[in-house]
Amino acid sequence: MIAEFGHFVLVLALAVALVQAIAPLYLMQRDTALALPLARRAALAQFILVLLAFLALTCGFVRSDFSLAVVFANSHVAKPLIYKIAGVWGNHEGSMLLWVLIVAAYGAAYGAFSKTQDGFSARVLMVQGWLGVAFLAFLLFTSNPFARLLPAPFSGQGLTPILQDPALAAHPPLLYAGYVGFSMAYAFALAALTRKEDGQDWARRMRPWILAAWVFLTLGIALGSYWAYYELGWGGFWFWDPVENASLMPWLAGTALLHSALVAEKRDALKRWTLLLAIITFALSLSGTFLVRSGVLTSVHAFANDPERGLFILAILGLFTLAGFLLYGLRLPHLAADRPFQPVSREGLLLVNNIFLATATVTVFIGTIYPLILDALGMGKISVGAPYFNAVFAPLTIPFALLLPLGPLLNWRTGSVQKLQNKLALAAAAAALVTCGIMLTRGAASLMVVALFAAALWLLFGAGLDLAQRLTPYRTRLHKFWTLPASAFTAPLAHGGLAVMLLGILAATQWREEAVVAASPGQQINIAGVALRYDGLREVDGPNYTAEQARLTYLSGAHQGAHLYPERRFYEAERSQTTEAAITTDLTGHLYAVVGEVSGDKRVLRIWYHPYVAFIWLGAVLMALGGSFALATRLRRQI
Amino acid sequence: MMARLLILFALVLAPAHALDPGEALADAALETRARALSQELRCMVCQNQSIDDSDAPLAKDLRQFVRARLLAGDSDAAIRTAVVERYGEFALFRPRIAPHTLALWAMPLLILLFGLVMAWRLVGKSARQNTSTPRQ
Repeated sequence: MIAEFGHFVLVLALAVALVQAIAPLYLMQRDTALALPLARRAALAQFILVLLAFLALTCGFVRSDFSLAVVFANSHVAKPLIYKIAGVWGNHEGSMLLWVLIVAAYGAAYGAFSKTQDGFSARVLMVQGWLGVAFLAFLLFTSNPFARLLPAPFSGQGLTPILQDPALAAHPPLLYAGYVGFSMAYAFALAALTRKEDGQDWARRMRPWILAAWVFLTLGIALGSYWAYYELGWGGFWFWDPVENASLMPWLAGTALLHSALVAEKRDALKRWTLLLAIITFALSLSGTFLVRSGVLTSVHAFANDPERGLFILAILGLFTLAGFLLYGLRLPHLAADRPFQPVSREGLLLVNNIFLATATVTVFIGTIYPLILDALGMGKISVGAPYFNAVFAPLTIPFALLLPLGPLLNWRTGSVQKLQNKLALAAAAAALVTCGIMLTRGAASLMVVALFAAALWLLFGAGLDLAQRLTPYRTRLHKFWTLPASAFTAPLAHGGLAVMLLGILAATQWREEAVVAASPGQQINIAGVALRYDGLREVDGPNYTAEQARLTYLSGAHQGAHLYPERRFYEAERSQTTEAAITTDLTGHLYAVVGEVSGDKRVLRIWYHPYVAFIWLGAVLMALGGSFALATRLRRQI
Repeated sequence: MMARLLILFALVLAPAHALDPGEALADAALETRARALSQELRCMVCQNQSIDDSDAPLAKDLRQFVRARLLAGDSDAAIRTAVVERYGEFALFRPRIAPHTLALWAMPLLILLFGLVMAWRLVGKSARQNTSTPRQ
């Protein structure tokens, strides 16, 4: 009964979304003042209806209602409650419902928070309405989450065990909040392109929404990376897998958009580029979620390789992208000219930032689709993997990181770093000195690695200098840090976060240590300056699995006497096994232990030392924090 | 369908293992080269894993092949060629520079240069406009 209710409200939501998409257009011909209230109410109603449908499906999962096809295929009675709930979006249909829910949520939030009464706001909500229509139709016609099974089976097939993880429960909602958030950028761009009389300040109004989307996407990607790190069994954190690339592209484009929108807002320049970038970013977000679903790329994340769905998805993707580009092409000649600026200025540096980020986006794009194109043209099968991307990204990162700190230190219009010459020299000297120190103690594999270290450190000290400059006016109340303005921390946190992440990547990839041994109980293993003893195995029972648990004891070092318990888990319902690494997490490095297969009368143990690996995700969190501070500053000043 | 999906999952997410005990070479310099090479070679039965990351038997065979050839004194390039002869270019995660991969390798640089030239023209134009309009 609840499922039928869910299905019913979903159909209602489609009807409401149609109203939201079409009616304002009609009303605007007569009386603009009527269009906005209608669009707002429709957006709110659509959100409430989709939320009800989502709750209905959640209810089905929690109660293990196996008469629902998705619940049967993806759930099991013997599963902890949190994973029953997370199971809602651990499958194609449910995750599409989550996507629609977030589309509707953004629309409703815009309706509620946007105070400006004009046709521009109504047009933004209209575009959101069209998105709602497209995805609700996709959901209802090809991926109905409320489809029934008759007769209802007694037991479900369960959720793939490695997806039963708290980080992975939060990964899709965060990612979707990011992807869908960029639909707001698209909606703003289309609204700005259709008429230029109202919404002149679209860049200012767009910024909080893309900030929010960017923060969510940053956290979502970081969480996915961290999950892969501890779950996949050896501590890799980025694989340049097509699906990872699909999430990286909108992130890179979105980062560029964030910066160019700043120029458009503050200086009335780069407006045409920003509008184009807004459309591209959303197009990349759409392909990020959907190309992988359509079966073009096979990957872990491909839930459904159904040709009918694939076609529908490609139609949506093509339609929205084409509509955006077409409108852009038609309206470009009518757009107001950009204000000019000098090359050495904050605008100039932000433009350079955009060029690098665009290059990075295109590189990921080409690397991902090049093998497909060659194959389609019958020119042979090739692979493009991590070594290619590393080889291209390393030399790109160096000039990017070297120029980056100058941007926020320069003034708008015409800038000069002359006043800061001494401080910049100090930062450069500090970076050089620390680099030398690192090379003397650790050595370096290549000149490229040395240059990358130096660039990352320069970026870090540059961000510190930026922070110091911003806090100078508040010198006297630094000890009362809670009274300091949040706006002082935005760029320094985000840029410093990137530096921290780069340092983490460099350290973790360059200085990783590894020990692979077949051990019998009592055997000692030495790695990264500490001694461990293997104590043996025992059987343990989990809520829906049984496990072989090994015990390792620290014989020396700061953790002397502490234990590590790596496990191999066997999931009865899903008939599969996972390895659960045991990780000692210190800021300076992770000791990462995995218990492997039987080797004669011994056990294979694999132990890694990942130095400073936590910096990678710490950096991502700092970036997201910088974005959140910028958002908070803006929200206080009203949207 | 479901079974196929599970197999896919098992393939993709089979916890990666890297080396087995005793596989590594005693000579540290050779082992470093072996690891670097292994990371560039694709495990042919896995989804997007290098032979260095994969625990598939085929990956292990190839790892041992690479190490045997290194011990025999072969150059990295010779080993790559030998692998391509066996499995085709698909086995290389870092495509070789050749006519059909030229666009792949050149594109990032071209895009960067294109962007910089466009920016230069934009800024040059604005600078000219700036000097021609009198300041307030």
